[in-house]
Amino acid sequence: MANALPGAVPAQRRLPLGTRLARLVLPTFTGLVVAYLFLPIVVMAVFGFNDIQGRFNFTWQGFTLDHWANLFNRFPALNQSLINSLIVAVVSTLAATTLGTLIGLALTRYEFRGRSPLNLLIFLPIATPEIVLGASLLALFVSTGVSRDITTITIAHIMFNISFVVVTVRARIAGFNRALEEAAMDLGADEWTTFRKVTFPLIFPGILAAALLAFALSIDDFVITQFTAGQTTTFPLWVYGASRIGVPPQVNVMGTLLFGIALVGIVLWVLLQRRDQLVATPTRMDR
Amino acid sequence: MPSWLRHHRGLVPYLFLVPGGFFLVLFFVIPLITTFSVALQEGSLGTGYRLTFNFGIFPEAIARWDEQLLRSLEYGLIVTVLTMLIGYPMAYTIAFRGGRYKNILLLFVIMPFFTSFIIRTISWKFILADQGFVLGTLKDLDLLDPGFRLLATPVAVISGITYNFLPFVVLPLYVALERIDPKLIEAATDLYASRLQAFLRVTLPLSISGVFAASLLSFIPAVGDYLNAELLGSRNETMIGNVIQRLFLVNNDYPQASALSLVLMLGILVSVFFYRRVLRGKELSV
Repeated sequence: MANALPGAVPAQRRLPLGTRLARLVLPTFTGLVVAYLFLPIVVMAVFGFNDIQGRFNFTWQGFTLDHWANLFNRFPALNQSLINSLIVAVVSTLAATTLGTLIGLALTRYEFRGRSPLNLLIFLPIATPEIVLGASLLALFVSTGVSRDITTITIAHIMFNISFVVVTVRARIAGFNRALEEAAMDLGADEWTTFRKVTFPLIFPGILAAALLAFALSIDDFVITQFTAGQTTTFPLWVYGASRIGVPPQVNVMGTLLFGIALVGIVLWVLLQRRDQLVATPTRMDR
Repeated sequence: MPSWLRHHRGLVPYLFLVPGGFFLVLFFVIPLITTFSVALQEGSLGTGYRLTFNFGIFPEAIARWDEQLLRSLEYGLIVTVLTMLIGYPMAYTIAFRGGRYKNILLLFVIMPFFTSFIIRTISWKFILADQGFVLGTLKDLDLLDPGFRLLATPVAVISGITYNFLPFVVLPLYVALERIDPKLIEAATDLYASRLQAFLRVTLPLSISGVFAASLLSFIPAVGDYLNAELLGSRNETMIGNVIQRLFLVNNDYPQASALSLVLMLGILVSVFFYRRVLRGKELSV
């Protein structure tokens, strides 16, 4: 501070001390909230290295890599539940993304009768608490005598994901320029070619975002799955069952791994988008 | 495109929406109707059910579980206020002061979702445990009474639910705040509004749509939640979700459980409707 030239003092420095402190309140608060959001995740990761003596993983007892080394060979049922979760997530993501994107296209590109009942049909599943969605599916399966297994879980996940896909895709389609399609048609492309070469590439980021959201919602779902699972277990259901007798540290390790994979995926996606932006800039397609 | 479709262009949107719409009717609308019909039946799993149009089950269920219904409403409202008090300043900071860190900060907000909801809640159980590393350490240092506990109290359940749904609140608030042109706020201060007046009369009214969306995204799942009450609470914090879950999956009392889920859904729709009218009034009066 002492060596700063008098004329070079930035305008901000001349603000009274109170104002300068007041400007720090919001960023500090935000930093604390971020720390609060991450606290349980850090705890989960750290306790994956805990050298526990009994069944309970509540207090720190020493560092070990044993749970990382023996991740998949201690609890076969846990592995099976993770596989079930992945199957349900992949199938329900593909189905919900397809069905939801089609509805999103219909809602944004066409005029038709019955638009407001359709909007209501899309909105209501989002506004209904998960427990009611799960409970009503259970009521349906019980009263029609359908036995519950991985198929009923997948059906339930497709159902709650459709609405989220429609909302995400619709926001993307609503934001793009129809003149681009008209230009393609003026240049002699038929409807299908226009869709394939112009419309689809433009809305693809929206479809991808919707699919990622659907996958995340599906792999994490506990409530609706508990009602539609019967004897089948998914990863969250297994963890829930184990929580009564003590959650093994392998669960912490798997949680940490899933978090790491998602993080790497996001970073790659951001980098890819940045590269796309650099490539797209000179053509100025969107102007 | 086949030629018959070319002649009936009006059919194209229906081709697009029928598969998904049919799925939603089959697995969302019909289950709700089934739930309604199950609620009106009497009997048991052993003897079978008969439709007796027992409409009395609704007042009966409300009277029997009034304590849990009221508690869920209370927790839902507290959680909504808390998430708004934490989420609004955060969304405001990201939108107006975030600068080039905006996207990173938003990523921080959604990152908790990369870990399972249930693992995060169990993690809170670790953190809040009576002899866990936080309370245990404070007790060992004699900074805390040995009998003090957070787990199995309303504080634990409410803070658990608040934690879980906070990101759902920050995102819509951010979207609404980000859309506001900072020049409008500048104009207000140029016209001698204090910073507080500018916030109350410009920023807040312009973000009211985000406040509406955000409070629904926190209130609806909070009222129906049962995992936090089960993992972080005791019998004194039982919510309506716990009752529905137990009646359905443990007691197999399907009529009572169905009636309660419909009461929950209807209660939420009615509160949303009134809340919207109240906020509409706010927007117009400013």
